[in-house]
Amino acid sequence: MQTRIHVQHEDFDLNAEVANLTTDGEAGAVASFTGHVRKEGDLSTLTLEHYPHMTEAEITRIVSEAGTRWPLTGVTVIHRVGSLKPGDRIVLVAVASQHRHAAFQACEYLMDYLKTHAPFWKEEARSGTRHWVEHRHSDDDAAKRWNSK
Amino acid sequence: MILLYFAWVRQKIGKSEESLTPPVTDVASLIAHLKSLGPNYAEAFADLNRIRVAINQRHAGLDAPVGPDDEVAFFPPVTGG
Repeated sequence: MQTRIHVQHEDFDLNAEVANLTTDGEAGAVASFTGHVRKEGDLSTLTLEHYPHMTEAEITRIVSEAGTRWPLTGVTVIHRVGSLKPGDRIVLVAVASQHRHAAFQACEYLMDYLKTHAPFWKEEARSGTRHWVEHRHSDDDAAKRWNSK
Repeated sequence: MILLYFAWVRQKIGKSEESLTPPVTDVASLIAHLKSLGPNYAEAFADLNRIRVAINQRHAGLDAPVGPDDEVAFFPPVTGG
């Protein structure tokens, strides 16, 4: 399984990343998810902090687990850090497989586990005040449902 | 022991990293020790339901053992993606 994991300030190019997953011709399906900064009220900036080294290690563990659950040919995960504006891309998960079912499922699995396990934290700036985004219990529930499958 | 703090845990404690060798053998006793160091620590660790821990860059429980050579990180529940 070809794996690319990047934590970076820079933006990414979805088309280029999907093309990277299909160059060897093995993949019949690529499913991708792109997360963006949602414009909510007077949100001006979303700043992402992370735990260097653990972030990459944890994403690697999550990707490896996905690779044991589905027959994947490639996975790319790119997560941005630093200051972002509404509309900016935050995260890309792209999954290649021979068939669509595995690609769709693994993409959703990876996002559910990234949300609940990868050590990132979001801080919002609104009209001059800053506050940390609260963890959502619905994200925990989304990750837990994979345990019973 | 290397201690790392992230997000509001870092802000409440007032530093991102420190090196300590407290006489503790698990995370719970480490937290109890840290809370005794000052009101900033006591505030950061006031509600343990809002604290997560990683040992040597892996998620761990509050009952996990820790030793002098470990890297221990404290942070809020994660909010990436």
